[in-house]
Amino acid sequence: MTSSAELPQAPAHGACASCAVYNAANLKKLGIKPGNYDYVVAVAGNPNTGKSTVFNALTGLRQHVGNWPGKTVSRAEGGFRYHDHGYKLVDLPGTYSLLSTSNDEDIARDFLLFGQPDVTVVVADATRLERNLNLVLQVLEITERVVVALNLMDEAERHGIDIDVRHLARELGVPVVPMAARKGDGIPALLEAIEQVAQDGATAKRHRVAQRHPRIERAVRDLARQLERAFPGLPNTRWIALRLLEGDPGTERAVRDGTLSDLSRAWSARKTAPTNLAGTLE
Amino acid sequence: MTLDQLRQDDHATVVAVDSRGGDRRRLMDLGLLPGTKIRVHMKSPLGDPTAYLVRGSVVALRRSQARHIRIEAHDAQEPT
Repeated sequence: MTSSAELPQAPAHGACASCAVYNAANLKKLGIKPGNYDYVVAVAGNPNTGKSTVFNALTGLRQHVGNWPGKTVSRAEGGFRYHDHGYKLVDLPGTYSLLSTSNDEDIARDFLLFGQPDVTVVVADATRLERNLNLVLQVLEITERVVVALNLMDEAERHGIDIDVRHLARELGVPVVPMAARKGDGIPALLEAIEQVAQDGATAKRHRVAQRHPRIERAVRDLARQLERAFPGLPNTRWIALRLLEGDPGTERAVRDGTLSDLSRAWSARKTAPTNLAGTLE
Repeated sequence: MTLDQLRQDDHATVVAVDSRGGDRRRLMDLGLLPGTKIRVHMKSPLGDPTAYLVRGSVVALRRSQARHIRIEAHDAQEPT
């Protein structure tokens, strides 16, 4: 499987289509003009994991704001073509969690919940994998269409950290691509993984946090059903139900005043991270 | 014992996070969960804030935050 490609790109074994050089040649960077696109790809991850480096490597963009203050989000969209398909890439603000309360984190979360990208690339820092897996697991709760880009592998190697990528991919149930995006290592494998998830859709066996009590499970199901009735077409009702059970005030408000449906409509219609986001869940 | 009482070079394990709401969420997102190994990385001159080493990352906390994290301290010699 492509997801477990070794870090130093393996030389071509005759089969042209699986060769890294061949695949990289199929990449056409489209900068900020994605044109007609077939798939929307979100790039998420903890702060400082190299999301923007990955983003730039795929779109060919060079100038790009690295940080997001307060309420505004710099427009971070780009595009590329790969094997005759157009991809629109949306770079999300760095976040440790989808449950926290800062503004940038709301934007990342709302886009994943309601924008429903075809693929979500979670960029993880290989030198701090344990902490980064928190976000990976949270994203897996929302969508199974995930590729984990295990970035900074060169740095991890320097620190003597050895990661069993194959095992990690098996445990998570989604492709894991080891990368050193700064040097361009792993980009061909990432493209292949993105294409695979975009076209084949969900992998059947993604990891989900399991130890849920049957009573909680019943409460979630009941609430989710009510949410579906109140907000027809609303995605991820189970996730929202869990937040309500937690007593999350932002979610409560959005359900009570009906802004939840506006949110989901706005995001799914645009499939884009707006420059100035007025209403988020919070 | 709470985290703000942990001395330089001592190792500890988080027992509970007693803060509430968003604060608690944030700490847990940064990897401070019951069972997590933690130690002091650097202290500012007055000890507030203090930087801690958690799961390979450095996390700086104010004393008012560290006070809500209950820990069990170990000897410095014990491997983490």
